[in-house]
This record gives sequence, structure tokens and C-alpha cells, in this order.
Amino acid sequence: MDSTFSPRADSRAAEIFDEAPDGVPSFLDRLFDQGLLVRTGVDGLYGRSGAFESVVDALERLISRLGAADGAEVMRFPPGMSRPAFERSGYLKGFPNLAGTIHSFCGNEAEHAELLACVEARSDWTGHQQATDIVLTPAACYPLYPAAAARGRLPEEGGLFDLQSYCFRREPSLEPTRMQLFRMREYVRMGSPEQVLAFRESWLARGTEMIRSLLLPLAIDVANDPFFGRAGRMLANNQRQQNLKFELNVPVNSVEKPTACLSFNYHQDHFGTTWNLRQADGSVAHTACVGFGLERITLALLRHHGLDLAAWPDAVRTTLWG
Amino acid sequence: MVTSQDIREILATNEVLAPVAEQIGDDDSLFDRGLDSFGSVQLMLALEERFGIEFPDEFLTRKSFASIAAIRETVATVLHPQAA
Repeated sequence: MDSTFSPRADSRAAEIFDEAPDGVPSFLDRLFDQGLLVRTGVDGLYGRSGAFESVVDALERLISRLGAADGAEVMRFPPGMSRPAFERSGYLKGFPNLAGTIHSFCGNEAEHAELLACVEARSDWTGHQQATDIVLTPAACYPLYPAAAARGRLPEEGGLFDLQSYCFRREPSLEPTRMQLFRMREYVRMGSPEQVLAFRESWLARGTEMIRSLLLPLAIDVANDPFFGRAGRMLANNQRQQNLKFELNVPVNSVEKPTACLSFNYHQDHFGTTWNLRQADGSVAHTACVGFGLERITLALLRHHGLDLAAWPDAVRTTLWG
Repeated sequence: MVTSQDIREILATNEVLAPVAEQIGDDDSLFDRGLDSFGSVQLMLALEERFGIEFPDEFLTRKSFASIAAIRETVATVLHPQAA
């Protein structure tokens, strides 16, 4: 498996990531200055320009073309999901610190007056907020599993779904690639272990080819999710030892800590068991997914090919826009 | 001295393994008996509480908790590092 950045890319990357002298704007600052991203006052929460979105749109079309022959069923969910489904999913076991819940004012008129007084006084006004039955979607595929399970057993050939959603993870950062609200495109496969592992293998190859066609340096590595706490270290070790997660990394912020732009995940029977998702023969379904970080790939392109889209290499522009 | 029976008593408190804890042989894979990743974390925490220890990071792996024999060895190594 490819685990090093290509030599050609290495030399370019060294050029791109030369330490900027003091006073030179960071990559994030340059994105703001160029108007590609729009400040909101919150780290990791940004507006996107038309130019930025034109790349995201082109990437979406490219990903659709790469998967077109498989005939995935398209589903789109809003960026919020049912709180009971979220609780059942087990997300809180691994990532309590990343989750985002939606709270709303549930008080009476007197409490409304208190709220306004608190806002006026710039003190905490959230005392009468209560959790609603919606949480922010942490990964595009989370709302899918209960919906798929509700249909009954999978057909003989298993299931294949095409998803995209804004996702939330609370990890404020000045690294432009670590946004708190970002879009994830996914293909999700459900079926036998053989079916879902074959799916993952095929996307490891397709994803690599896709990023190469965009003339970006890449490396594929075994990875783990950022599980919380000491228990999380054990979960992370387990995940790595079983080769359950691979990431396709591209240097964006630095060469030493490249950015995961695609991930290839084998969930074994975790979601199948959690949601009683069954194969045609009644056995528990296994699942796998490939996820594309749409903003991250866009930022990788901007980092390596420059902030002026018109000046990008012809081969890249042709891949994206024909 | 950590015995296999000590370990079995802890397995009996695990939701998945409780019904079969007494039938599990020392070298049987606990994962084949239905233990999953989160279950292995719960088991790890239960062992820490029972023996008053904290497993160093290098022991936080599937292998350390894969069987009664493996757990016995892991716990003994943490309890008596000089003997390992």
C-alpha cells in the first residue's frame, strides 16, 4: 500500500510548506484575504465564496461520476438527526466531546423577560434552554442506518447508498482544514463482510486515482478515530490493529501532519447490531463507508495549486470542469 | 497471585460474557465469545477497579484482553512489573 508521498510531490510540498517569515499571513488569513472563506468570528465556522463552492460542486460531480456505475441509492438528510437515534448509535461512548446538541428556549413569559435581561447584561442567558429532540449530525451516514433498518432485511445484493451532509464536530481550531461545520460526501455499503470489504478495496483504488488526477500528493495510512479519554486509547488501538480505518492524507497545513481528505472505514457489525440491520439470510449486516471531506479536498487544491482557480494546471481544471 | 477464577468472576459481570463466563476456557478467545470493542473497554475498567491498578497505554490493546490467560498475564505484569 502506498504509504509515502510521491517524490514529485515531496519536492513541491517542501517548497509550499517552507516556513513563512514572521508577519507573512497564514494560509487561513490568505483564504480570508482572497475572499474564498468568510470570517464569522468563530474558529472553524466560515462562509464560503462562489469560487470555493464551484470547487466543492465540481468535486461532488467527480465523486458521482466515479461511483456512477455502482447505482447507489441517493439519500440526503438535513444536518440534524433524531436525538434518540443519536443516543442509540453509540456516538457518545467514543466522542462525547465532539457532539453538538440543539437546545431551544422552553420557558414562560416571565422567563423570556429574564432571558432578555441576561442578554442585555451580557450574562449567561441559556438557563432556560432545554435539549430538543434534534442533535447535529456527526457524520453523513449516521441518519442512514436506522432508516435502512426500518425497511426490513437487505436485498440479496446488499445495500449501497450515496449521502452528503453538513456535519458538526466541536473542535475549534485555526487550521482551516479543521472546521466545526463541514460537508462530508459518503458512499455506504451494507451486506456480508465480503461485500463490504470488496467495496472498501475498490474505493481505496478509486480514491487514490481521484486525488492523483487532481495532481495532489497523497499517502494512505492506517488510522483511528479520535476516541475520547483512556478508554478511547484502547478503542483506537483496537481499530488500528484490526485495520478498520484507512485515511488518504494530503499535506495541507504541514508535511509532518497531513490532512485526512478521504477515509475508508469498515464498521464490522457495529451498526448492524446496533440497528438490527439484517442481510437477506437474516444474519447481521456488516457495513463500510468511504467519506470525502469536501472542504478539505478543496483546501488541498487551493494550497497546492494556488488561490486563483483560473491559474490551476489544465489537467486539474479538466478533471474538475471538463 | 491472580487466578483464572478471579478473572472469570469479572467476566461474569460483563453483559455479553455473563451467561457463558463459567464455561470459558483459559485460552478461549473472548472476542469469539461475543466480546466487542466497547465490551473490552468495560472489561479493562472493571479489571482496573478490581485489582486497584491502571494499565499503562502499551497494554491497552485487544491482545492484552483476548483470553483469560492473556488477562491473567497482563494483570500480573502490571501488579508485579519486576517479575515480568
